[in-house]
Amino acid sequence: MKKLPAFIAIIITGILLIYGAEDFPKWSDPNQPASLHVSPRYIEKTVEETAVPNMVTSILADYRGYDTMFETTVIFTAGIVVMMLLRRPKKW
Amino acid sequence: MVKNVEDVVIQMLCRMLIPLMQVYSLYVFAHGHGSPGGGFQGGCIMAAAFIVMVIAYDLNEAKRRFREKALLIFCCLGVFIYAGTGWAVLLLGSNFLDYSFLSKVLPADPVKARYYGMAMIELGVQITVMAIMLSIFLDLVTKGEHEKALEE
Amino acid sequence: MLEYIISKYNYWMYIVIILIGVYGMMAKSNLMKKLIGMGIFQWAIIFYFMSIGAKKGATIHIVTGHHGAYEAVRAIEVINPLPSVLMLTAIVVGVATTGISLSVLISIYRRYGTFEEDEIIKLLSEKGK
Repeated sequence: MKKLPAFIAIIITGILLIYGAEDFPKWSDPNQPASLHVSPRYIEKTVEETAVPNMVTSILADYRGYDTMFETTVIFTAGIVVMMLLRRPKKW
Repeated sequence: MVKNVEDVVIQMLCRMLIPLMQVYSLYVFAHGHGSPGGGFQGGCIMAAAFIVMVIAYDLNEAKRRFREKALLIFCCLGVFIYAGTGWAVLLLGSNFLDYSFLSKVLPADPVKARYYGMAMIELGVQITVMAIMLSIFLDLVTKGEHEKALEE
Repeated sequence: MLEYIISKYNYWMYIVIILIGVYGMMAKSNLMKKLIGMGIFQWAIIFYFMSIGAKKGATIHIVTGHHGAYEAVRAIEVINPLPSVLMLTAIVVGVATTGISLSVLISIYRRYGTFEEDEIIKLLSEKGK
């Protein structure tokens, strides 16, 4: 009952998405826009500016440290929300 | 400690496995600067060690080793360490989370001070992720009623 | 023709996984299956972003050498580290969403006693009268 309109909608969405995937850059292309603007600077300067050889750690904790702080806050908030929704102590 | 005969194999195996997982999580955290790893990964492995203890043994055993009050304190301690490092740099006279000014307090040059600042905030991330994963798991497994689950 | 397929087939695979996830969310009537569909959708997006960082003939993004004597790197022979970093955040947000949605599901079960959405709608409309 509910499955046939859902299936038709999925097929139409799939055709539109595959048609839109023609404009995406080729897989493992070195000149795609994601690898051109700020990423070479992070790659080349990570040892001389921060003495850390792992590029993912230096980007996560130093160049983009503000985002990581708010992400820690997000996971903390999720833990608090689960506590608030579910806990029922016996002695109220 | 051994309740039923069928559980003997699992309990003996977990007795060897759980300390190994905890030490491995500290190894992954400490080598976050030179090989793949860091705060999130180490925190998840440490939480997995305690979850294996809940599954193989009893809920009472896990709660005996990691009290509820300590769990709540650890949740907040990690975020406090992270934001506290940022605040300490602010008090030393620079922008928020600009670790090169930590060279005024620690015995290192400004480039190496960024290395130490990163290690401190990864410690905060590991503590928070470990405590929150364990807390969410305990809440979902006991459906919120911790005292009733502990009696059984 | 073969070159066109080889250069784009990863996007088609991710689109198929997205469609499976969305079908699970729309067509199934059990609330738990809808949540699993949302999880599949989330992971397909993460895979798509991780595949952006690949480069032909490049190596892993860790500088070799020991302390004090690191080798110089050129940007063309190291894979892009930025998508991996952003997806670490996305994975943690996914874990948070899954935890909270499961706890909401437990609350719904306590109140209505069922997971099927047709019965919940019927119970809701009966309560309203």
